[in-house]
Amino acid sequence: MNLLDILLAGSTLGGLYGLIAMGLTLQYGVARIMNLSYGEFLIAPAFLAYLGVTAWGLSPILMLLLVLPLGFIVQWLVYQLLLTPLVRRTGAGPALEVDSILATFGLMFVVQGVMMVAFGGNYHSYTYLSTPVQILGSTVAANRLLVLGVAIALGLGLYLLLTRTRMGTVVRAVSVAPRFAPLVGIDVRFTAALAFGMGGAMVAASGVLVSMFLPFSAAMGTMFAMKALIVVIMGGVGNLMGCLLAGMMLGFAETLVATFIDPGLTLAVNYALFLGVLLLRPTGLFGKGAR
Amino acid sequence: MKTAGKRFWLKQVTAAAATITGFATLAPLALAQEAPKSVRIGWAIAKTGHNAGGTAATVTPNYQLWVKEVNAAGGILLKAYGKRVPIEVVEYDDRSSTEEAVRATERLMTQDKVDFVLPPWSTGSNLAVGPTYEKHKYPLLAATAVTDKAPELAKRWKHAFFFLGTGAGYAESLVSYLESAKKEGKIGNKIAMINIADGFGVELANATRKAAKQHGFELVYDKSYPIGTQDMTPLLTEIKSKNADVFIAYSYPPDTMLITEQSRINALNPKVMFTGVGTQFPMFKAKFGAATEGIMAPGGVDFDAPAIKDYFKRHKESAGYEPDRFASTIQYTTLQVLQQAIERVGKIDRAAVTQEIRTGTFDTIIGPVKLENQMLTKLWYVGQWQNGEFYGIAPANRAGAKPAIIPKPAWKN
Repeated sequence: MNLLDILLAGSTLGGLYGLIAMGLTLQYGVARIMNLSYGEFLIAPAFLAYLGVTAWGLSPILMLLLVLPLGFIVQWLVYQLLLTPLVRRTGAGPALEVDSILATFGLMFVVQGVMMVAFGGNYHSYTYLSTPVQILGSTVAANRLLVLGVAIALGLGLYLLLTRTRMGTVVRAVSVAPRFAPLVGIDVRFTAALAFGMGGAMVAASGVLVSMFLPFSAAMGTMFAMKALIVVIMGGVGNLMGCLLAGMMLGFAETLVATFIDPGLTLAVNYALFLGVLLLRPTGLFGKGAR
Repeated sequence: MKTAGKRFWLKQVTAAAATITGFATLAPLALAQEAPKSVRIGWAIAKTGHNAGGTAATVTPNYQLWVKEVNAAGGILLKAYGKRVPIEVVEYDDRSSTEEAVRATERLMTQDKVDFVLPPWSTGSNLAVGPTYEKHKYPLLAATAVTDKAPELAKRWKHAFFFLGTGAGYAESLVSYLESAKKEGKIGNKIAMINIADGFGVELANATRKAAKQHGFELVYDKSYPIGTQDMTPLLTEIKSKNADVFIAYSYPPDTMLITEQSRINALNPKVMFTGVGTQFPMFKAKFGAATEGIMAPGGVDFDAPAIKDYFKRHKESAGYEPDRFASTIQYTTLQVLQQAIERVGKIDRAAVTQEIRTGTFDTIIGPVKLENQMLTKLWYVGQWQNGEFYGIAPANRAGAKPAIIPKPAWKN
């Protein structure tokens, strides 16, 4: 494997990891909700894309554009209907974290159950952009390149949104100091719902992208949620660039270890890296509020 | 309350049966009145968790198809009572956890008191519940367990029956088949092998390592990868650089799809490409279409046999999708064996039914089945996609075996 092969394989895998974690970092970092049903809301759009492609003959790219607002609305509603009572009851204090974990844990089973009834436990898969692309003699699948592109575009876009706009400043204020934000006239609950919805749009988009090249089943959500959680903690909760960077680190570490040492060690190196980051920088690579 | 009533009632039946054997002349009339309302069948399988995919492909549709068909025909014929008795199902989700599978199996046997229990999917789960079946003397018809420990376990577990062979059986069959291809000059002696770091993958890789040595092959690449690997490119690029004629991957469904897709993208086209569980799934054919041509895997079916064709049709009508072409036919076969054993005994007598399974010959969709030392050995060990169907190719001397396509044709897009 030459340098370019490694660069392509590592960055496409890293982009995938970063992408699936970005939504969670928004939900956890701003809305303070540890959303355990995150993985299910990644698989559900994957099924929608599967239906769109196989039953209705639509393009996955069209489905991608479609699920962005849909994901936002669904997660916004989840926040408003299911989580707002918890926020109100706990006064957004430390108890919110425990309560929201329990509530979203329940939600996970509901969504998983619905998908189970609708699609069964079988693996599903379709083929899209599964064509080799040659870059300076190295081969990469077009759909994986698309994931990398979307990950970078969404990451950059959201980063600019958060750092260059008034709305972004408000979101960051809530993330950094939720108790003081109301003093300057910020509606914390509204902003949290907004961030939660934005996270929903992100996870829905990554679900559609994942469905383009990985077989998936109704039971697979937890696996993605776990991966996303590692990336979020590594990158620093609520930090989009940290997310992308942590994802890239994992992607490259896996690729390098699989190539030069042993593919059996990829999981081990994942967790070793995770532990290393936690030991050296307990708040993640970028820490809190350091965006 | 209900269970107590049932225990009492069971005693009554046993007592009645004992009395009646003494007065054979009175039998038909008295027995007809004592027939059970249903044959209670329980199963604890993975409806959620990492085993749910394999279960939904191989186990659930066959259990459901069988119950549906038996009940449509009026039930299982219990000749001791001279009537057909419908099947009643008690079902649990083991959430892909072996502890939960053991707990639920125990519950089925001791609390629900079902008459027979059907096992979950995968080698690991079957081995986990084995001791529970043995303890309560329920026959275990393991259709989705491939293990080298089968002969030894069969000695220890008098109620366990292994229908899917041993890892060594598959490895030996594949490698000796490859050796004859090598002798014909079709392939060289280099093998590249990868396997998933889990039960099935480890067992078959170990067995293949041994077999490769015996048959004069050289393993130029031999690595394992963890469950949940989402990119195979590093492995495949390495394998491509080794120029091996044979590429073997003992993989699970998601990685089987990944390996096939990424091999195609990276133009890795060995003369023999052999992938693991999932290759035989209808999803594989749906996704890769003509690109499946020449890909080998464990299992296979004799698709020209009318019984198999008919089974495929009924399965599709019942489940909405085709069966897989590895363990599905075997899974359905075990159900036919169980039903025929019960019908021959003619009543719910687990000891007699177990004995019948051990010694009887049964008429099934894969032909007549007779177990040797509680194991089914007449199996398809290697199959290959040819013209959109996954035919058995080895053992080559078995009726219905197709000659293999070697070298594998170029990838079609």
